[in-house]
Amino acid sequence: MDHSLLEVDHVTMQFGGLLALNDVDFTINSGEILGLIGPNGAGKTTAFNVITGVYQATSGAVRFEGRNLAKIDRHKITKLGIARTFQNIRLFPDMTAIENVMVGADAHHTSGVLSAMLHLPKHKAEEKAGLARAYELLDFMGIADRADDAARNLPYGYQRRLEIARALATDPTLLCLDEPAAGFNPAEKIELMGLIRTIRDQGYTVLLIEHDMSLVMGVTDRIVVLDFGKKIAEGSPAEIRANPAVIAAYLGEAADAS
Amino acid sequence: MTDTPQSSPPPTAAAKSVMGDRISAATTSRRSVNERWMQLPKPARMAIGAACLVFVYALPSLDLPLIPTQSDFTALLALIIVPYVIVALGLNVVVGFAGLLDLGYVGFYAVGAYAVAILTSAHATVPWLLSIPISVLISMLAGLLLGAPTLRLRGDYLAIVTLGFGEIIRLLAKSSDWLGGASGIGNIKSPPDIGPFKFSGTIDERNLAFYYLAVTLVVIIYFFLRRLEFSRVGRSWTAIREDEDAAELMGVPTFKFKLWAFAIGAGIGGLAGTLYASNVRFINPDNFQLKLSILFLAMVVLGGPGNMPGVILGSVLVSYLPERLRFLNTSRYFWFGVLLMVMMIFRPQGLIPRKLRARRRETDVEPPAFVDVAEGDPDLEGGPYGPLPA
Repeated sequence: MDHSLLEVDHVTMQFGGLLALNDVDFTINSGEILGLIGPNGAGKTTAFNVITGVYQATSGAVRFEGRNLAKIDRHKITKLGIARTFQNIRLFPDMTAIENVMVGADAHHTSGVLSAMLHLPKHKAEEKAGLARAYELLDFMGIADRADDAARNLPYGYQRRLEIARALATDPTLLCLDEPAAGFNPAEKIELMGLIRTIRDQGYTVLLIEHDMSLVMGVTDRIVVLDFGKKIAEGSPAEIRANPAVIAAYLGEAADAS
Repeated sequence: MTDTPQSSPPPTAAAKSVMGDRISAATTSRRSVNERWMQLPKPARMAIGAACLVFVYALPSLDLPLIPTQSDFTALLALIIVPYVIVALGLNVVVGFAGLLDLGYVGFYAVGAYAVAILTSAHATVPWLLSIPISVLISMLAGLLLGAPTLRLRGDYLAIVTLGFGEIIRLLAKSSDWLGGASGIGNIKSPPDIGPFKFSGTIDERNLAFYYLAVTLVVIIYFFLRRLEFSRVGRSWTAIREDEDAAELMGVPTFKFKLWAFAIGAGIGGLAGTLYASNVRFINPDNFQLKLSILFLAMVVLGGPGNMPGVILGSVLVSYLPERLRFLNTSRYFWFGVLLMVMMIFRPQGLIPRKLRARRRETDVEPPAFVDVAEGDPDLEGGPYGPLPA
């Protein structure tokens, strides 16, 4: 089970004078939950954006199942099997919940304009399959009761869950969650931990960005810590908890405190 | 068939009925026209649609009070109103469905008109029936040519480029002798007579025949666009309109579908242009001025971008009202403008705003029984999540 699914190979990302990622190097193994943590501005979301193709790395490479993602269109990266959610929710607000998920399910569909205009069998089959899958996922996330409501009218917790459902609908191998627990209360966070584990147990690999330490420590198998764009530590939750560099990054140097 | 249990939210439905009929009656009357329309059973909706269609086909022969204008009403219908409905349906694909602001749509209208003029009069004598599909294809090609390099632009930048495109087409026609120059092209062919529809008859017969042809085209276009709207293509367009980056990251090939929106919109705009050209039989560059693009956009925005019945209503009003207000003489466009502004203040989303689409009307997939997270506190033993459906 320990073969690497995604390799972030010495990636540097520079925006003008700002070095957002500096020679960051880590791998995600198939079937694990990897936590990506770090203080504000450490470059977590930038790393996410490089992995999902939003940014092209200044140098270095991201390889998914051995394939360099550098020149691949973003929508094709999704088809290869990387799906994500967003730190600030980015649903399609005027579409219903079920339609939001169906857009995700469409990622692997191929019926086009002609097929839709003439209602060819392929179009019908894909519509039916996509709708059924979207319901299953809404049900799995516990939000099927609001399937026909506009995404904009859903409560916050529902919107967060809907984003995960939409990402799962693209049938990913690697699911990237960008602060999925932001704004959740402790009970909801515990629920979310259970959810992430369930998703992993079904054979998905999860990359998790999270601020909440208890959540990250409780759910991840391994953790990568970024600070000022550099990887400062990597290891099991227990190792990370005891790592002096991590403590320094989060709490400041001991010398500063005294 | 699965409508009834879904139209009211399950947890609150029981509670509401306890409170008595008065409350539910009040909420019923406040429901939007859209909701009430969607709650009608399908046969009823189809019957109403059919009745509207019969009325539209019969319109020129009915002698209704108030509606007809001072000038020839059939000519107005055949020459302006119905072709503009087609134009608005086409522009709605670009602006309403895909959310791409196109300020040069008259360009495609002109391409269609000039294509049929060149093919049947100026440089060739292609039969009319053959010239129409060719002209539509040429218009679609123009859409692709404009779209391919410019669709990477967004919002205002795209609007500026399309604005320029519309003017380029007009100026090109004006300066090129091959395209007739400023004096235009005449003697454009009309459709052949089909039974009682005499396209070569008197002016009245001709207008009537064109009216029936145009309305029939509206029905066909509406039918196919409706199917597109409720498909992977329509969903992709909506997703692009709502959040292009998120759509791309969810696997929507955004560039491809934006290009399709442009091509389909251009094809429909071109088709309207061919109708116009073969009816008036003479075109010149002044028929395709910038103000037409603005008028087309006003139709879509006034009616309700993304909602085809709204767009049809908008285009009918925008092309009909200036004629109806003709008794105001020179100030009629002023009052028309005031009317539009008042509309936009009180109903910025359009006359008939687009509605959310209840998917399950379209297929027979049963929604599964759901776990209600909203009820009470989420329990701490891991939430409602069972095994993820494979």
